[in-house]
Amino acid sequence: MSVAEPGPIGNAIERVSGGQAAPGLLRRSLAVGRTRAGLMITVLVVAVAVVGPFVAPASETGFVGVPYTPDAAGTVFGTDYLGRDVWSRFLYGGVSVLALSGLCTVIGVGVGLLVALLAGYSRTWVDELLMRTTDVLLAFPAIVLALLFLAVFEPQPATVVATVAAGHAPRVARVMRAAVLDVAGRDYVRAAESMGLRRWPIRLGDLLPNVTGPLMVETGLRLTYSVALVAGLGFLGLSGLEADQADWGLMINENRLGFTVQPWAVLLPVIAIGLLTVGTNLVADGIARAAAGTDREVGG
Amino acid sequence: MSEARSEQRGLRVRGLRVSTSAGVPVVDGVDLSVPGGTVLGLVGESGSGKTTVGTALLGGTRRGLEIVGGSVLLEGTDLVTLSETELRSWRGSRVTYVPQDPTTALDPAMRVGNQVREVLDCHDYGSGPHDRARRVSEAFEEVGLPTDDAFTRRYPHQLSGGQQQRVCIAVAFATWPALVVLDEPTTGLDVTTQALVLDTVRRLTRQHGCAALYISHDLAVVSAISDEVAVLYAGSVVEQAATDELVRRPRHPYTSRLVAAVPDLSGDRELKGIPGGAPSPSTRPSGCRFAPRCELVVPECTTELPELRLVADGHHARCIRSADVTPAHVRERRRIDEIDSAPLLSIHGLTARYGRTPVLHGLSLDVPRGTCVALLGESGSGKTTLARTIAGLHTDAEGELHFGGNRLPFGAHQRDRETRASIAYIFQNPYSSLNPRRTVGDSIGRPLRVLRGVRGAELERRVGDMLERVYLSAAYAQRYPDQLSGGERQRVAVARALISEPTLLVCDEITSALDVSVQANLVGLIEEFRQDLGLTLLFVTHDIALVRNVAQQVAVLQEGAIVEDASTEQLFHHPSHDYTKELLKTTPRLVS
Repeated sequence: MSVAEPGPIGNAIERVSGGQAAPGLLRRSLAVGRTRAGLMITVLVVAVAVVGPFVAPASETGFVGVPYTPDAAGTVFGTDYLGRDVWSRFLYGGVSVLALSGLCTVIGVGVGLLVALLAGYSRTWVDELLMRTTDVLLAFPAIVLALLFLAVFEPQPATVVATVAAGHAPRVARVMRAAVLDVAGRDYVRAAESMGLRRWPIRLGDLLPNVTGPLMVETGLRLTYSVALVAGLGFLGLSGLEADQADWGLMINENRLGFTVQPWAVLLPVIAIGLLTVGTNLVADGIARAAAGTDREVGG
Repeated sequence: MSEARSEQRGLRVRGLRVSTSAGVPVVDGVDLSVPGGTVLGLVGESGSGKTTVGTALLGGTRRGLEIVGGSVLLEGTDLVTLSETELRSWRGSRVTYVPQDPTTALDPAMRVGNQVREVLDCHDYGSGPHDRARRVSEAFEEVGLPTDDAFTRRYPHQLSGGQQQRVCIAVAFATWPALVVLDEPTTGLDVTTQALVLDTVRRLTRQHGCAALYISHDLAVVSAISDEVAVLYAGSVVEQAATDELVRRPRHPYTSRLVAAVPDLSGDRELKGIPGGAPSPSTRPSGCRFAPRCELVVPECTTELPELRLVADGHHARCIRSADVTPAHVRERRRIDEIDSAPLLSIHGLTARYGRTPVLHGLSLDVPRGTCVALLGESGSGKTTLARTIAGLHTDAEGELHFGGNRLPFGAHQRDRETRASIAYIFQNPYSSLNPRRTVGDSIGRPLRVLRGVRGAELERRVGDMLERVYLSAAYAQRYPDQLSGGERQRVAVARALISEPTLLVCDEITSALDVSVQANLVGLIEEFRQDLGLTLLFVTHDIALVRNVAQQVAVLQEGAIVEDASTEQLFHHPSHDYTKELLKTTPRLVS
């Protein structure tokens, strides 16, 4: 009969009487184990990419030894196919992947969300037009779309961001439109309508704040895909970077022929990209679980 | 079926206790006895533990709860001591259950005849397939459904809500059970269908000689079907007596207040709510659970939980002052307002549709200034569409609306700011009418910001004032909707509607999601505003008993047309339309 351990009912009461805090999805996500694990992995990889260039022992482009030497003197992980320091190139090569995939995510999710808010709360032909257009875009796999764009336009970082973001936008729009449509049917939206509020104030004041859950999940997921796509395009040499600039995707491609002799030049970027993908995916999954209310026992 | 059989039958529950896994008691010492062939009504408001008691009688609990004590004796067996395997053979054969919502209880992919047959097969009923087939058609006949193949081969979606519920009842009675637990089985049904279902249950209980427990929040419904009523408050039975005795001469203050809160078709006394709210399981006070809300409270009440003791012949109450409890049925005649003012709102030849489906057919109605006009109709009658059209939320319409003498456009956008501020709307469901991401203060202040341009400290002050006026403190402005109870949320919705000082308030089924005691408080609040501010009210509802207690004029809506429009007095004493007469006849009354 002890009341010390709060059961489900005890928790509910605590929330009613005690808190002024808004029911924060982020805070609840953090209580889910996988979000914390994912966040730790992501922060680790991001830290390597951001701090890396400042602590790299050698320069990004300088030659330090004979090519493909795993135990070259003065190096940690040996030299690459041109004789540059693998460890330094690895430390320099993360920023481009992170920055590009971050930008792709922000732009892709932003455009998708805009389309979703427009389509999900118009109740006119605008909805049809926008959604049928996204359907057409969805017919192309993201990578094919990216290759098509990059074949037509000069591969530069801006083009890479634009093509990857363009691949994300219709997918985000689909998911978010469903979320917007659900919220648009609630009575508080009708209450706002009866005050004579126009559509955009309602979109921003009532719809957007109530779809942040799926939005966060979608953002996390798109970040994961961005990392994979940007690294993939880097591997294909399509990231549009300077020829000798370090990039995790490019590193894998450059050194793959010498994998048996000098595995580190390939393994380091592969591990980093893999960890980043798993990390962001875990975070996205954790947020999704918190939003859906699974794992409430773990969370509470 | 025979008399002898009903003698041995019956349910005895002693000291039943159900707790959460953390040890917080949800149901705390419930004693019930139901003789065979009778119906016991179990009445309680939300959170009282009535559904938990109902499932415990089937030897089960919701996840996170467990039965920690007491006994459930049926035909000499204590169900609490049975193993899961033994329970499984009891459930569905000796102890059966009729759920609240038949649409989710019936398998949508199985023919209704097979659903009855399934339970017979499952429990090896009778001597063989032929016997079972005969019992299936018997069971359909018992609940007043057709027994031919054309009907029994239908799927649930091909049946009306009332028919679906009768199939559920047929399933429950098919195996000649000893106990049937019915958990709010008529809540989703219209009154005419409800009357049929109640009738069926009462008849079958007598015929089968089984014990039936009828769980409901609605005292009027319970009193219409039950031989005895037990009142559940905060997890324990506070009073049990024969139905008539309980309603006429309640011996527990809670029962007495509950009776006063129920809108009654028989009299036009004033509705009285109960102040405060029921305690949740972990905040229940020591001593009498009702003490904090009780008018008769004395210091001894708070020290020890009173015993449920015999206070009169067959009448038990859990109150040390049961002799001082006054019957609720003190008739107070309400002031009858004269209706002779000019209409504030007049509707002429209104036709509204959804796409190609017309919902309202050339409807005309006048709403006189300063009165409360009730719009009475069953689900699907078009009453919400009418309310929304008036509020500017439904624009697919033709006809004329006049407000204060001026033509009113259909869309809220086309109306001027002053008109939008003058017509306010309160929604049915307080759980979806408040934006969960806005604080209460933000939601209430929004109409003022949008419609009157009030900002800053002035806005804050007026929101605070409004909160006080709906009997919430100004501190509520900082809270979020999910920190509020249903009744509190609905009061916030009232505050939001009234802050722009409207002249017409459209209330769309605003009490249907609330408990009766909360409903009475809310109705009182709305009436207070009507008298103080000279508000004109359009009160949309399906509850004819409530109409009698709130409205001066009633418009009865059926299939998109007004079939009767009269003053409340006239409607109740001289109904002219068949539909109104039917409603008046079938609605359960508290005192027959």
